[in-house]
Amino acid sequence: MIEVINLSKSFDGKKILKDVSTVFNKGQTNLIIGKSGSGKTVLLKSIVGLHTIEKGDVVYNGNSFVSMGSNEVRLLRQDMGMLFQGSALFDSSTVEENVRFPLDMLTNSSMEERRDRANFCLDRVNLTNVNHLYPSEISGGMQKRVAIARAIALNPKYLFCDEPNSGLDPKTSIVIDELIRELTQEYNMTTIINTHDMNSVMGIGDKIVFINGGVKQWEGSKEDIFNVENEALEDFIFASELFREVRAFNRKK
Amino acid sequence: MFYHLGRYVLFLIRVIGRPQKHRVFFTQIVREIDKLGINSLGIVVIISAFMGAVVTLQTAYNIDMPFIPRYTIGLAARDSILLEFSSTIVCLILAGKVGSNIASEIGTMRVTEQIDAIDIMGINSAGYLVLPKVVAMVFITPILVLISMGIGIAGGYMSGSLSGEVSPAEYIYGIQYAFRPFYIVYSLIKAVVFAFIISSVSAYWGYYTSGGALEVGRASTRAVVTSSIIILLFNLLLTQLLLA
Repeated sequence: MIEVINLSKSFDGKKILKDVSTVFNKGQTNLIIGKSGSGKTVLLKSIVGLHTIEKGDVVYNGNSFVSMGSNEVRLLRQDMGMLFQGSALFDSSTVEENVRFPLDMLTNSSMEERRDRANFCLDRVNLTNVNHLYPSEISGGMQKRVAIARAIALNPKYLFCDEPNSGLDPKTSIVIDELIRELTQEYNMTTIINTHDMNSVMGIGDKIVFINGGVKQWEGSKEDIFNVENEALEDFIFASELFREVRAFNRKK
Repeated sequence: MFYHLGRYVLFLIRVIGRPQKHRVFFTQIVREIDKLGINSLGIVVIISAFMGAVVTLQTAYNIDMPFIPRYTIGLAARDSILLEFSSTIVCLILAGKVGSNIASEIGTMRVTEQIDAIDIMGINSAGYLVLPKVVAMVFITPILVLISMGIGIAGGYMSGSLSGEVSPAEYIYGIQYAFRPFYIVYSLIKAVVFAFIISSVSAYWGYYTSGGALEVGRASTRAVVTSSIIILLFNLLLTQLLLA
């Protein structure tokens, strides 16, 4: 479980996050939604410690991130996996080397064991016969899957995904979403996903946190989201023609 | 300036940490020696050969007086190459070639979140990415400078003898005359210091890049300009310290 307590963050005097508090539960896919520029990525990067926490705290299974020493942070991070918006695969390494990287750096297992684990993770994300290809030689969807395989290589307790569907077609997006959901349940991870894709919200949103202008304006489940009376959230949800039509259809009924 | 100086010192503290995995670290050093050093051999050879040739011809044209012995052409060319050209000029060339390479590689990794991906795994990204480059450069640059000295003197020999400005015997006598081995040590000390400057300063600019492709280009330019200026500054300082 990850607890965010009164988290605030500014850049050059401009407040990006304002006293955000919420709880992300284990074994669930927790979604942070909001418009572009609403502070979702800053929130996610503050949670994982890529941005220094200015005010407030993030508590990982009862351990305060702010009070941790550098060694404790290093150990905590070995329990984290992260999928970045652009996949963040190492260009000069092959697919297998990318997935093996955390194993090479953080485990003492033999080369054979590390290879086996990398192959297992690649199989798990349904990628075969791509081990010796470079990231530039595979599609965007495959790159995302390689990044997921790398993120789960060390059996993490926490999985963070920043816009996992950006740049992907709707069908591949669903595949990635389902994969993240399956892995979350399989590894019993606490998964936090940043997204502005309403298909993801409706597909895998066990818990949803809506951020607007750096403020948490709403949290709840996908079942509740259509009944909320919040202008910003309504604007966000019904920005799509499809969802507007669904609303109109439901009202007619 | 003080902001960057302070941040550079903090960056170096992060870089000079204990490597996470020694096996990986040594593999990376070998890779960097090949990428940064061996791949620079061609340009070092070409520049050194022409540099030695031009220095010899210019010296010959400028001391065209009957009471100055011809072997001084070899002597002047040798001292110019050993003391200044092979260390400082070659390192300035390396600041351009290797420095921009390091800054753009690390800068691209920063803007594409590859460095964040390393950090999130609990790995010291500065140490992992930069230390092997610094060690490789500090190791390979003195070797490149030694090669440059040899090629430079050989280039002087070729141009002097082919142009007829100095006979091979006079040139060889000149390069042996009043030779001080310390000149080579002095040059190698400079090479080590300059190699550290090129690799660490360029890595610093790359590591703290933010934005996109434009900023990566800017970081690369800053890396070359800053490391060249610092090399010139340290050249003055080391000359005063070691030769005065």
